Amino acid sequence: MDLLANVLISAMIAATPLVFAGLGELVAERSGVLNLGVEGMMIIGAIAGFAAMLATGSAILGLFAAMAGGALMAALFGVLTLTMRANQVASGLALTMFGLGLSALWGQAYSGRSAPPFPRLYIPGLTDLPFVGKLLFGQDGLVYLSLACVAGVAYVLTRTRVGLILRAVGENHDAAHAIGYPVIGVRYLAVMFGGAMAGLGGAYLSLVQTPLWVERMTAGRGWIALALVVFAAWRPLRVLLGAYLFGGITILQLHSQALGVKIDAQLLSMVPYIATIVVLVLISRDSARARLAAPACLGKSFHASS
Amino acid sequence: MKFRTFSKITAAAVAALAVAAGSALAQTKPKVSFVYVGPIGDMGWSYQHHQGLEAIKKEFGDKIETNYVENVPEGPDAERVIDQLAATGSSIIFTTSFGFMNPTIKVAARYPNVKFEHATGFKQAPNVATYNARFYEGRHVIGLIAGKMTKTNTIGYIASFPIPEVVMGINSAYLAAKSVNPNVKIKVVWVSTWFDPGKEADAAKALVDQSADVLMQHTDSPAPVKYAAEKGIYAFGQASDMTQFAPEKHLTAIIDNWNPYYISRVKALIAGTWKSGDTWDGIKDGTVVFAPWSKSIPADVVKLAETARDEIAAGKRHPFTGPINKQDGSPWLKAGETASDKDLSSMNFYVQGVEGALPK
Amino acid sequence: MLKLEPRREPSRLMFYLTPFLAIVLTLAAGLLLFRVLGKPPVAAMQLIFVEPLRSLRGLSELLVKATPLILIACGLALGFRASIWNIGAEGQFTIGALSGGAVALAVYPATGWWLLPLMSLAGIAGGAAWAAIPALLRTRFNASEILVSLMLVYVAVLLLGSLVHGPLRDPDGMNFPESRIFQTALPLIIPGTRAHIGFVVALVVAGVAWLLLERHIIGFQIKVLGQAPRAARFGGFSDTALTWLCFLVSGGVAGLAGLFEAAGPVGQLVPALPAGYGFTAIIVAFLGRLHPAGIVLAGLLMALTYIGGETAQISMSLPSATTSVFQGMFLFFLLATDVLVKYRPRWIPARPAGAPAAPAAAKPSAPVVAARVEA
Repeated sequence: MDLLANVLISAMIAATPLVFAGLGELVAERSGVLNLGVEGMMIIGAIAGFAAMLATGSAILGLFAAMAGGALMAALFGVLTLTMRANQVASGLALTMFGLGLSALWGQAYSGRSAPPFPRLYIPGLTDLPFVGKLLFGQDGLVYLSLACVAGVAYVLTRTRVGLILRAVGENHDAAHAIGYPVIGVRYLAVMFGGAMAGLGGAYLSLVQTPLWVERMTAGRGWIALALVVFAAWRPLRVLLGAYLFGGITILQLHSQALGVKIDAQLLSMVPYIATIVVLVLISRDSARARLAAPACLGKSFHASS
Repeated sequence: MKFRTFSKITAAAVAALAVAAGSALAQTKPKVSFVYVGPIGDMGWSYQHHQGLEAIKKEFGDKIETNYVENVPEGPDAERVIDQLAATGSSIIFTTSFGFMNPTIKVAARYPNVKFEHATGFKQAPNVATYNARFYEGRHVIGLIAGKMTKTNTIGYIASFPIPEVVMGINSAYLAAKSVNPNVKIKVVWVSTWFDPGKEADAAKALVDQSADVLMQHTDSPAPVKYAAEKGIYAFGQASDMTQFAPEKHLTAIIDNWNPYYISRVKALIAGTWKSGDTWDGIKDGTVVFAPWSKSIPADVVKLAETARDEIAAGKRHPFTGPINKQDGSPWLKAGETASDKDLSSMNFYVQGVEGALPK
Repeated sequence: MLKLEPRREPSRLMFYLTPFLAIVLTLAAGLLLFRVLGKPPVAAMQLIFVEPLRSLRGLSELLVKATPLILIACGLALGFRASIWNIGAEGQFTIGALSGGAVALAVYPATGWWLLPLMSLAGIAGGAAWAAIPALLRTRFNASEILVSLMLVYVAVLLLGSLVHGPLRDPDGMNFPESRIFQTALPLIIPGTRAHIGFVVALVVAGVAWLLLERHIIGFQIKVLGQAPRAARFGGFSDTALTWLCFLVSGGVAGLAGLFEAAGPVGQLVPALPAGYGFTAIIVAFLGRLHPAGIVLAGLLMALTYIGGETAQISMSLPSATTSVFQGMFLFFLLATDVLVKYRPRWIPARPAGAPAAPAAAKPSAPVVAARVEA
């Protein structure tokens, strides 16, 4: 039982950077902007958070710096694609290239330094409960924050006026503009929110999960986060589901090796990717509507005609 | 079309601006070049080779010139980078990853006057030497420590890819641990990457959850050591001294100390005595060294480790001394027989007692 | 305030001028960047943009590096125009190399004139087969081709690794993870260099792509599907057939590119063969405005920044991080200045209250590279 609880805890930790980054990208995409630069924003968040934490001694300030770093990168992307109307796909890829380079340059002074362990929740009595104790009441604060963010984004998107405007802008920017919503302004905010969340996801890696800074430490997680948004059919709760599925299978894969399963490790490493595809096929099989889930204006640049 | 115009203009504009900036300096000093597979900030493999370059700079000062290229993928780009180094005046080029072997050989054939040194490979030429370090000797020593330090009788091993080098390390560590603790088990997790701190930390967690209380790794980031510190269990650093990441729990590390080799080769180059060959240095030569023993290791275990280290250095002990069976029970080494270098450097099987499967 | 107004027609002047503008901006930004890092800025940029063009070796390597980029990007452009998102060319590239290479290893050591064509066919088939998975899952099960093609990249890379560590391993290779060196290699187009026939093939593919896209009914159907999917349906084009076509073609071409890398500059199968061409080609496709001629030039330009970056690392000890920052900036400027081709910046004084609104400008035609994602 303890092992199962531990697997679940590890899965949640492995999934949390994906939850943050995926959720942020989801908001950006719901506003109609496809930002493929998640990896670049994450890695900038990782170094910004780490540098700020070392400079100030405060992990909380580090997290804010990470969000600011990610948001700044996103703002750069916004200037390119929203103001200058550059192609979103290419700009996003260029942003990743830029972010990986910039973080490495910036991080040279921090290479090999390490951060103190990030505090975990401890509620006497509750955390000591068997099985569920550490799982529910013993995680680090960011795991809870990520869950709160999922709930928050889900609520805002579906139940509030802000969410309505955001979706309107993503579904039909011409109509949204005609009603008088500031399409470009909304998109800037959404993209920057996406950047801040990606930054937080990166900081989770450098401040909590490992916690240290090394070049290229995001190792492709930005791409997985992007895939999860599609997997989730642009719905926040399903981002969480997808991230936990992916994280869980990754952890199970490692555990099965430690148990001595006689399967080539590289074949086992494929399992999380294949499982994601299979689950996607299963859930989108029956619904012709799945394809309608994508925001109709995703990736299209907007120009007010008057 | 857009880009043709663009290139012409670029060429013209930049060339005009560059007139004053003349770059090519007539050079007579030997130029020492390094090609790294990772970033010099990886804290592991490439970092240690770069320490070697720094040592050369310090040793020879302005008698030589140096340069390096980092993050060179082992695919089609490697040959171009090595070729360009050779073409732009390098006297000796150290290519520091296995995947650079065939590119190094190909380029060397085109530049007979340039010396090449390839790390961890097995193909030589008159102007291509190979070198490696006997890390399995170090694994033997830390295996002894691990066998003594584990309370749960379970050692966790985070591995990268099933190449002979890594398989050899697992076997060496396991045999050593087993020799001092007959009940010891080794659990191996392959992460299929040299470098992904997040995944390495996940693997460390998985191993600890399955009751490992001493961690070893053959991947490059300090994440597992860091995790051990957090969990209050023991770990060994990889490639470089990782004490700073876990001051209490870092037992020691096998340090890749290429400095003596690099200095001796550059010295030979300057003296005109450089010759091709195959060098496989170990503890004896100062290439495999240990980070300071942690205070957590009891005195008798330190003594055990130091004895082993000194005996290996003196040639009185070989980590692979029979009788040893392969995983499937078939005999490999007879009693008293030691493994040949060829057997070691092409090792593709686990020894008896290690669990899991290797690709066939 | 400064406003961007759509032009009635794309400006030809700007079409030629914007790359120049981008380079001026890059020079300015590079000046700043290299100054901050304490490297001579002009010399650094000379090394990146000019030095590789000054020697036969540099030029030939440019062709080597541009070949897979052009090949893959031409295939991708087809799908991107139709808003069919194959993000996984890297995986198709890998499987192409694997299947083509496996043919050579299977008949080893037999060789002959027939071997290279056979390997190429196997490479194309492998890439197309890998691309058929997302096509099938999308047309049959509605599963997003973005996710499926992207996830299959990781699967392909791990598969290559697993096979090269196992069954395809060189029996005389001391159990290291690489295959035998192939018994045959691609013919060179410049003797003494690595520039191989693949570049010629890439140009031919670009030509065919041009014919297909600009002169053939399929190109028209693809364009309509991308820009007005409903109109396409009314026009009776089959969404399913076009999806299949785009995936099979882009996958096959990517597979061929992979085989060329394996049989050309590398000469064997190694785990590190997938070096990111499949992703970089996406930038190349858009930088080339999804037009085959543009793609050829963009592929060469992109290759130049890579090779120039290496040159700068070698000659000036510029860390590789600096070159990717510089490369990123350069792309930003190229992409951003593109706006001037279709839009005119105009200074509009604040409107006095009550004045009638400016007459609506002509509605901009849908941008050529309008990117649309469907799941």
